[in-house]
Amino acid sequence: MSKLSLIGLGKSFGSTPAVVDIDLTLAQGEFVSLLGPSGCGKTTTLRMIAGFIKPTTGRIEMNGQGMSSPDHVVAPEKRGMSMIFQSYAIWPNMTVGQNVAFGLQLRKLGKAEIGTRVDRILDTVQMRHLKDRYPAELSGGQQQRVALARAIVIEPEVLLLDEPLSNLDANLREEMRSEIRRLHDAFHITTVYVTHDQAEAMVTSDRIVVMNHGRIEQVDDPVSLYNMPKTRFVAGFIGRTNFLDGTVDGERIVFDGFTLPSGLARDAATLPKEASFSVRPQTIEIERKPPANVDSGWWIEGTIIERAYLGEYWEYVVRPEASGARIRVTTEPLFIHEINESVWLRLDPARAARVPGPVRT
Amino acid sequence: MSGVSQTSLRSRSFDPLLILWVALAAILLFLVVNPLYQLVRSSLEDAETGAFTLMNYHAAYSRPRYVTAMWNSIRLGFGVTFLCLIFAVPIAWAISRTNMPAKGLVRTLVLGAFITPPYLGAIGWILLAGPNSGWLNRIWVGLTGADHGLFDIYTFSGLTFIIAIYSFPFIFIFTSAALDVVSSEMEDAANILGAGIIRTTLRITLPLVLPAILGGAIITFLEAIALFGSPALIAIPARFNVVTTQLLQFFSQPIRAEVAAAYAVPLLLITVALFGVQRLLMRRRGFVSMTGKGGERRIMDLGPWRFVILGYSLFVLSLAVLLPYIVLMQAALAKAWGRGFGWDNLTLKNFHYILFQHETAAQSVINSFTYAAAAAFIAITLGLAIAYIVSRRLLPYAGVLSFVAMAPFVVPGIVLAIAFYSAYAPPPLALYGTATILILAFSTRFLPIGYANADAAIRSINPEMEEAVRILGGGRLLAIRKVMAPLLKRSLVGAWLLVFIPATRELSTAMFLYGPKTRTMSVMLMDMSEEGHFEHLAALGFLLLIATLAIVGIASALLGRDFMLRRERQ
Repeated sequence: MSKLSLIGLGKSFGSTPAVVDIDLTLAQGEFVSLLGPSGCGKTTTLRMIAGFIKPTTGRIEMNGQGMSSPDHVVAPEKRGMSMIFQSYAIWPNMTVGQNVAFGLQLRKLGKAEIGTRVDRILDTVQMRHLKDRYPAELSGGQQQRVALARAIVIEPEVLLLDEPLSNLDANLREEMRSEIRRLHDAFHITTVYVTHDQAEAMVTSDRIVVMNHGRIEQVDDPVSLYNMPKTRFVAGFIGRTNFLDGTVDGERIVFDGFTLPSGLARDAATLPKEASFSVRPQTIEIERKPPANVDSGWWIEGTIIERAYLGEYWEYVVRPEASGARIRVTTEPLFIHEINESVWLRLDPARAARVPGPVRT
Repeated sequence: MSGVSQTSLRSRSFDPLLILWVALAAILLFLVVNPLYQLVRSSLEDAETGAFTLMNYHAAYSRPRYVTAMWNSIRLGFGVTFLCLIFAVPIAWAISRTNMPAKGLVRTLVLGAFITPPYLGAIGWILLAGPNSGWLNRIWVGLTGADHGLFDIYTFSGLTFIIAIYSFPFIFIFTSAALDVVSSEMEDAANILGAGIIRTTLRITLPLVLPAILGGAIITFLEAIALFGSPALIAIPARFNVVTTQLLQFFSQPIRAEVAAAYAVPLLLITVALFGVQRLLMRRRGFVSMTGKGGERRIMDLGPWRFVILGYSLFVLSLAVLLPYIVLMQAALAKAWGRGFGWDNLTLKNFHYILFQHETAAQSVINSFTYAAAAAFIAITLGLAIAYIVSRRLLPYAGVLSFVAMAPFVVPGIVLAIAFYSAYAPPPLALYGTATILILAFSTRFLPIGYANADAAIRSINPEMEEAVRILGGGRLLAIRKVMAPLLKRSLVGAWLLVFIPATRELSTAMFLYGPKTRTMSVMLMDMSEEGHFEHLAALGFLLLIATLAIVGIASALLGRDFMLRRERQ
């Protein structure tokens, strides 16, 4: 049974639409990320789920019960959810223990019961030894753990996280995103996680919702999302990519300065007249010698025009002969090519994702 | 999809916040809007018949001496502002940008000048520079054998001077706030191109802070023309009038409140207009240096000149603080102040007289502090409620409330007093002379301070603190009680003090509203100055000063030493 449903959900501030027609259903225990650039409507969506913002269209249901609609909003405190805020919002006037116990006290649990639960959750996030500290004495990472403990200890119906790692430094961020996933595997709380960091989303989530301009671009698991992006935005936002825009002419697809055999493309039978592909830099190989049979694969002849060494890999930019296009390729650190070297690029048609054509202006 | 009926959920409950909104609007209507409306209305009405008339304006401007008083106020304003610039800008610059020694002492003394009630300073200066018996004149005569003294405080320039030495902290606050955010890299850029310290300061630093200085100058000008106490002490004996003393004369028997109203309206308009200009000036923050980013500030090495600037600062501050304080203390403790410093001249009888023998003086001390405490409480409570509604965007049109709450900021105290008189002295309320009208008028006068501070306090707390309570299952009231209240406690005590301190010494509002039993210390001082018994006057003033210093001391301990000289408050 679906736990949480957003149905045709929308929100406008004045005449500016922030969120447009969102449809999304979460299963019990699912971890879903809302991923997108700032201003894409992901935080607005999350705050509508929490009940802090009233939608202007559509509705939200939890366990089949109406939660939000333009007419009626169940107050945040009546939803049985919990949330981790960007600022953590750890109350500085209460100790770690008091912060964590707060939600349990509101649920009128017995003192002993509260004590046991607080200790157990603080153990889980390795913060029990700091139970009597005040938040001002804690580091950012420790405050983050308190926020997690405080949100999870009440065993909420739905857990909401609003860019919880954006205030941490890079190392801690990597540690905490794994911690968040670990806690999810331990407690199986239905979770909505808002972030603009694709790595965070990919590490933590069962499914990722990519949003742009207030709309959903694509909803998929991390592997499909990366390998088979359905829109140019998703392909460009998750990882780096090359867009190849061509026109099908019989057996060949004609690109700017080169052609490729159309029969090798994925789902070649349904190839439209204008065909565009997203090709990841690391799926392309560089060969020094021309292939025996050019039509045996997707081969492009070109010249290295830029290169950069990034330690973990080389990055080359190749310009196909008689073309203004730039194709980005990454190779292992040991494969060294010089500027102006003539090379052959080998693309893998199976890993070239079909995407819509460019928006012409 | 929309076929699913939501009617079962459609139980639009009446929002209790709406009641709060209406209540706040009603209170503001009573405290701010109605008095100002009544002021304008009464200026346009015949006092007897209530018919529309322009005769009040005619009466207020028909005599040359009434117009001269206006002109005097404007001259006074410019003179004071000019002097204040000379006093304040070098000190602010020295503290902010140079290696002048003893900065802490200088800042403390500037704070001292800021918290000294101007009329008390004026009394000190009467003792220092009265035409014959003033200390400075007696020293001059003693040193040179001249047959008369050098100074006469009972002159126009004397008045300008004593207002200036207590108004310059306004410019100081604005200037140092601006200097504090000018990046040293701006100056370094000029240095590297070959400009020296002086050229850099004059061509780069000062132009960058000029808008702030002008903003401070406008505030000073407005303070100077709205001031009542010092002109009453100096101008009336010196037989000239400024707007505020002229207003007092319209209020002496027979009271012609409607003429006073007509006379006060232009003062109000000038103030509103100049505050508008000041706002525009301060908003022009197009300077990169004003972003507050861009490197630390380095301190200029003045070499031996640092002692020169220190000497200048201490000279200005001894005029404002040290000398008047010394002579006031001497007079308060003297049997006769003219007999000078000596053991045989020491007595505590003046204090005894003030506190136990005088008919109303002791009562006035109690009045001052209770009215100030009550007004501070009202102003903060009101400000807090409005700021909460505005910052949380709980209700539409909350912005109107915040605008009205800030409006008294542009109303001179004396104009506010006349407005309150027009609104609430006549029946049915007939509050004239009661403690109620004084407390309400004080509350209105200091509402902007209360609101601005409450607003800053609330804004300093991330709304997520409150949302975290709610998502965990607590209602709004619980969030306020468990989280907002404890977090706001400290800054609200500070805000309360920031209203309480000026309210204890408020004169111009009280002067037009007090009754026989509701004199405040400030009013009492004015009354006693007419008797000319300076020992008693000094003793009462001294009590006020000690109390103020004690409260400021507590506040400094609580809020940090700089709390009153910070710009955000303005």
